[in-house]
Amino acid sequence: MSGNNGKSAARFHRREVQQIMVKNARKAKIIDKIVSIFAIMCVILAVIPLTSILIEVIKNGIAAFNWDFLTGRPSAIGRAGGGVGPAIQGTLIVVGLATMIGAPIGILTGIYLSEFAGGGPFPNGVRFFNEVMTGLPSVVMGIVGYILIVINIGSFSVWAGAFSLSIIMIPIVSRVTEETLKIVPNSIREAGFALGIAKWKITLFITFKSAISGILTGVVLAIARIAGETAPLIMTILGTSLFFTGFNNPVDALPLRIWRLSSQPYESAQTQAWGAALLLILMVLALSVALRLLAQRRGFSVRAEI
Amino acid sequence: MEDILSAKEISSDTSETTRRIREEPRRRSKVSIKGVNAWFGSKQALKNINLEIEENTATAFMGPSGCGKTTLIRCLNRMHEMTPGAKAKGQVILDGIDIYDKSIDPVIIKRRIGMVFQKPNPFPTMSIFDNVAAGLKLNGIKDKKLIREIVEESLEGAGLWEEVKNELDKPGMGLSGGQQQRLCIARALAMQPEILLMDEPTSALDPLASSKIEELVHKLKKDLTIIIVTHNMQQAARVADRAAFMYLGEMIEYGFTKQIFQNPEQELTERFVSGKFG
Amino acid sequence: MLILVAFAVGEGALPIFSAEGFQFVIRTDWNAVYGRESFGALPYIIGTLLSSAIAMAIGVPISLGIAIFVTEMASHRISTPLSFVVELLAAVPSIIYGLWALFVFRFWVRDLIERPLYEHLNWIPFFDKTPFGLDIFTAGIVLSIMIIPIISSITREILLVVPNSQREAAYSLGATRWGTLKTAIFPYAKSGILGASFLGLGRAIGETILVTMIIGNAIGPAAIPTTLFSQGQSLASLIANEFNEAASDLHLSALIGLGAILLLLSMIINIGARFMVSRMVKVVPGGRE
Repeated sequence: MSGNNGKSAARFHRREVQQIMVKNARKAKIIDKIVSIFAIMCVILAVIPLTSILIEVIKNGIAAFNWDFLTGRPSAIGRAGGGVGPAIQGTLIVVGLATMIGAPIGILTGIYLSEFAGGGPFPNGVRFFNEVMTGLPSVVMGIVGYILIVINIGSFSVWAGAFSLSIIMIPIVSRVTEETLKIVPNSIREAGFALGIAKWKITLFITFKSAISGILTGVVLAIARIAGETAPLIMTILGTSLFFTGFNNPVDALPLRIWRLSSQPYESAQTQAWGAALLLILMVLALSVALRLLAQRRGFSVRAEI
Repeated sequence: MEDILSAKEISSDTSETTRRIREEPRRRSKVSIKGVNAWFGSKQALKNINLEIEENTATAFMGPSGCGKTTLIRCLNRMHEMTPGAKAKGQVILDGIDIYDKSIDPVIIKRRIGMVFQKPNPFPTMSIFDNVAAGLKLNGIKDKKLIREIVEESLEGAGLWEEVKNELDKPGMGLSGGQQQRLCIARALAMQPEILLMDEPTSALDPLASSKIEELVHKLKKDLTIIIVTHNMQQAARVADRAAFMYLGEMIEYGFTKQIFQNPEQELTERFVSGKFG
Repeated sequence: MLILVAFAVGEGALPIFSAEGFQFVIRTDWNAVYGRESFGALPYIIGTLLSSAIAMAIGVPISLGIAIFVTEMASHRISTPLSFVVELLAAVPSIIYGLWALFVFRFWVRDLIERPLYEHLNWIPFFDKTPFGLDIFTAGIVLSIMIIPIISSITREILLVVPNSQREAAYSLGATRWGTLKTAIFPYAKSGILGASFLGLGRAIGETILVTMIIGNAIGPAAIPTTLFSQGQSLASLIANEFNEAASDLHLSALIGLGAILLLLSMIINIGARFMVSRMVKVVPGGRE
């Protein structure tokens, strides 16, 4: 401090600065109000279409519901009646098969990354590519399924669809698995080590057991995601109006059926599309709600989108 | 500091602690805390606090952790209520204006009262210069020359100028912990505050850095009123003119630091200052 | 696995690139008739980028607003259910957005936004086309609706990571809520928010079925948009439209070639996004002692 000089300068600044600040306070307040209103507008703007989606799907979807719709085969194009039975069956089969392929691989990858791999360049590379994979367009996965399976088998098939969906599933499952396992306190593992148990046994019986509901969460999350996929199914299972005829043959799926129905110019088809959409949304949302309740109870959060 | 409070102004309050201080020569009252209560959710953190804080003094709030000293200091610039679920009631009168009055904008209050936190929290993306200038820019001051002058003066005031004058455009996060804390003090000083609240400003620092902050307190109280929260009794004894001892949300004793340490009235205070608990 | 994906797509796309070379990327015609085949991807690259750009221009500010509302403004009683709903909506399959857009929303867009713009502002070339509702503009808007839940929920988590001490620092300097956002929160969360937006962009670029349903599905040079209200086509939507009707191996390979371009685009975006999000995590303060 430069003695008296500095002090009087400070006094001068104090007055000047305070005056400017008081003058600017009104302006700052107005800007603040505008920003607050903007944020609220954003919420409203986003909520309108999203509410509309739910209302329309429920309103139009319920009209389509009857026994025939749930169990019957699609009628010929342009004719009323018929149902989406094969699509429901197909979705269950393809998603089920994809889960049987994808879940174990995803879980094993996650276990490897969290328990055995540590932080070297290879595991980090796997982690990184895993993350990138989750962001890749699903249509590309469909192409992969087409090239690797459809061309080799020579036919659009359940296998190809399940394969494509499982590629989408694996990174999601492995990431959630890794994160849940990381939450398991080290003391539990150390207790095991102290008893002289082999590492793989500890992983399997102790760590895995305490993390099981978290891993389950990851699997359910991935199922909810792939159940709604449409694009990869176009080039793998193709879609058909028949019930399941074999793993090497085309099947139908709900999202695919919605797409086909929506492109028909007949009102009966469109009604059925809404009905199928309601079915699909119920399936996916039921899975998500269950999953979030599960996650909340466990005290960690999961994200649906990455 | 020549202004002496007329007895009338405080005569309304006849509590024991206030009576004691009234006997001493007085500076002008800067802040008077009247009946302040504060809650976190349903848990009461402060119970009916009454206190007069005088201009150009350093006042220390001390007590064991959880006694409400941090809550009290955060009530003085209405920072307390920014915590979700927290609320405060009562009057805090700053130069005759109740800052809890409905017509008062809490934003304006914070412009007059600077605050320094437990852990140094400079803005990590900003340079040293921008950190100090942040408050000025926030409040619409655009005059580059004025900003530069104030930044230099504030850094000087915080005893940091000599150390950083050649690296003002380097990131503030590159400084050591003690320097960061002084940077935060400079950032608060740039706002030309009348009061500086310091919430355990040395708890994250080593002894050497702490002693620099303590020196600063001595220097700064010539120009402003300082209120410092500390759990460190020696620190309170070194820096404060007045000390308040709090326990479980209540103000146990308030008076001259010397008196609190050498001849406390309350047994609880004596046990605390003699290190028997806390 | 990523290598497997890249390899498979690369192999499938090989014929078209060997037949057309780099021309494939910059040509505009698309002719699948046997014997006169020629394929160019440019219109669809433009369509993809334009519809995604519209989606970002609308989606990012709105997502940011929502995230700000949820983290900085709303009380717990409002923000918890709101973010719950937003996360649920992120799980709604895109086919449902597509169905709704095709039968409900496109009429809103046509009557409430496009018509007025056309009638009053048709001297601006962007708007000079009788709107139909199935076009690049609608596709962009619906894409933005789809990515809003995604971007806003990630942005929300990123804002939650910003330490409270930063907020308090700004508030203690007499900042308003906006001042705090501008001074303390945005600089801290900038790269994270950017990364979240890029993840949204990745989704918008790769989104297939929704775009197929509403973008208008133009082909060849006609798919180069001259106005915002032109019918267009994106890479992904053309793949979905023609994959099952590919007339020849070269046609199929051309479609897979589109897939390869798409893969490359989205990989770049995703890697960029991850990089930025991870950089954000590294800026966490601590300082040297």
